[in-house]
Amino acid sequence: MVKKLSLALSFLPLAMAQPAPEALAKEIEELKSAAAAAQTAGDNAWMLASCALVLLMTGPGLALFYGGLVRRKNVLGTLMHSFVLMALATVVWAVAGYSLSFGEGNPFIGGFQYLLLNGVGMEPNADYAGTIPQLTFMAFQMMFAIITPALISGAYAERIKFSAMLVYTTLWLFIVYFPMAHMVWGKGGLLNAFSGGSIPCFDFAGGTVVHITSGVSALVAALYLKPRKGYGTEPIRPHNLVISFTGACLLWFGWFGFNAGSALGSGGLASSAFVATHFGAAAATAGWLLAEWIRSGKPSILGGISGCVAGLVAITPASGFVKPMPALIIGFLAGVFCYFMVTAVKNKFGYDDSLDAFGVHGAGGTLGAVLTGVFATNAVNGALKDSAGNPLPLGLVDGNPAQIANQAIGAAIAIALGLLGSYVCLKIADLVCGLRVSGDHETEGLDLSMHGEEGYNLEA
Amino acid sequence: MKKIEAIIQPFKLEEVKEALKSIGVDGMTITDVRGHGRQKGHKEVYRGQEYQVDLLPKVKLELVVADSRAEEVIATISKSARSGKIGDGKIFILPVEDAIRIRNDDHGEAAL
Repeated sequence: MVKKLSLALSFLPLAMAQPAPEALAKEIEELKSAAAAAQTAGDNAWMLASCALVLLMTGPGLALFYGGLVRRKNVLGTLMHSFVLMALATVVWAVAGYSLSFGEGNPFIGGFQYLLLNGVGMEPNADYAGTIPQLTFMAFQMMFAIITPALISGAYAERIKFSAMLVYTTLWLFIVYFPMAHMVWGKGGLLNAFSGGSIPCFDFAGGTVVHITSGVSALVAALYLKPRKGYGTEPIRPHNLVISFTGACLLWFGWFGFNAGSALGSGGLASSAFVATHFGAAAATAGWLLAEWIRSGKPSILGGISGCVAGLVAITPASGFVKPMPALIIGFLAGVFCYFMVTAVKNKFGYDDSLDAFGVHGAGGTLGAVLTGVFATNAVNGALKDSAGNPLPLGLVDGNPAQIANQAIGAAIAIALGLLGSYVCLKIADLVCGLRVSGDHETEGLDLSMHGEEGYNLEA
Repeated sequence: MKKIEAIIQPFKLEEVKEALKSIGVDGMTITDVRGHGRQKGHKEVYRGQEYQVDLLPKVKLELVVADSRAEEVIATISKSARSGKIGDGKIFILPVEDAIRIRNDDHGEAAL
C-alpha cells in the first residue's frame, strides 16, 4: 500500500510536467502492476478465509449435525465419516482430482495436465480466477470435494462398514464428482455457461455439482443398503440435538465461504452472494418451522435447523445470480418443499435415508437449480456477455425463459450421473469388502465394532 | 430397621432432601432411573416421525432407618414429593436384617 501511494503521488507532478512519453508509460505500467497486486492481496485474503470456512462446514459442522442425529452408539462412526474425508478427499484431490476437474480435457472430464498439482503454483490461472494464486483456487475447490461425499454419509449412517465407505467414496469422487465438477465449472465443460458449454447452466456454488449429485447418490445408497435394523419397529431417535444444533449453526456460518467465496474475489458479487445466502437460510428456516407448526402442532429445533440447511442448499446455485428478494422466495419454498420431502414422501416410500441427505440435498438442490433459471439476472452477475460486450439476459426475470429448460437439463444430467455412478460405486465396494456391517456389529454400534471406542464414557 | 425406597419426580428431589435433612436424616442413596406406572409417556416428533416415549426419567431414593423413625420419614417423603398430579411416584418399605459399617464393623442401628 505504501508503495502504491508513493507511486500515485509521484505520478501527479510528472503528469503536469509533461515528461517524456516512455517515462510516462513506465510509470503507468508500474501503477497498473501495483493496483493488480493490491487487488490480489484483497481477493486472496477473502479466498483463503473462504477455504477455511468451507472446511469448517465438514468438520465440525456437518460431522456434528449428523453426529447428533444418530443413536449414541454410532456417534463416533458418524463423526468419522465426515472427518476421514478431510484426509482421504484431500489426497485424492491433490493427486488427480484437481486435474480431472479443472484440467483441459473434453466436455465431460478434465485432462492430466495438473496431475500431482504439476504447474499449480502462485501464479493465477486466468481461465478460472485471474486475481488469486492458482494454489488458492485449487484449495478452495478441494474443500468442495471434501464436503460433497461427506453429505452422502447421512444416507448410509449407522450401518455401513468403514472399509466399504472408504472404497465407495474414493470411487465416487472419480466416477461422479470430478466429471460433474468439470462439466459445470471446468474449462470447456458441457454445462459451463461461461466457457462455451453447449448446454449453458448457471450453478454458482454447486447446486448440481455438490447437492444434486450427493443427494441422489445418497438415495441410491439408502435403497441399496436397505433400512437399519429395527427401522419402523423400534424407536430410532436422535441422541443429542444440542450437538446437531451446533453443527447446523457452523454450517450456516461456513456457507458464507462456500457461496460468497465462489465469487472468487472480494468484490460486490461476493457481497451479493453473502446476502442471498443468509436470506435463503433465514426464509427456509421460517418456511420449515411454519409448515411443521401447522401440520404437526409444534415447531421443533430439529425442524428449524433442517430448514436452514435446506435453504442454504437451494440458494447455493442461485447465490451469485439473484437479488435479495428472490433469495427470500427461494429459501422459503425450499423450507416448505424439503419439509414435505422428509416427512410425507419418505414415509410414503419407506426408504431409510437415515439423516435425510436426499430429502434435503437432493430435493433442495434440484429446486434451487430450477429456480436459478427463474431468478438469475445480469443486474447481479454480468459475466455472460455477447460479442459486443453487452451482458446477456440470464433467467426468466431477464426475459430468457429458455434458461429454465437449460437448468432442468443440467439437473437431470446430475441426477442421472448420481443414480448410475452411485450404484456402480456401491456395487464395487460391496464386492470388494461387503457394504454392510454384520447384524451383531450393527446392534453393538459402529463406535465399538468399527473403531473400538465409545463417545460417552460418563463413568471415566 | 426398615429400608425405604421412594421413586419420585426428579424435580422434587431437592425439596425431599431438604425436608429429610430438617428432620435429621442425613444418609441416602440417589439413582437416576426410568420407568412408568399408571402415568403414560409422551409423544415426540422428529422430522415428522412420531415416537411414543413410555419410560420417563425418575429419581430413586434409598435409605435405611431405625424402625422407630420409619413412619416419620415416610410421611416426610410423601408430603414433600407430592405435586398432586399423576406421575408423583411410589414409596416401598422393606424390612432389613442387618446393617454393617464397612469402616469399623459396627452392626445394626449403630451402623446407620
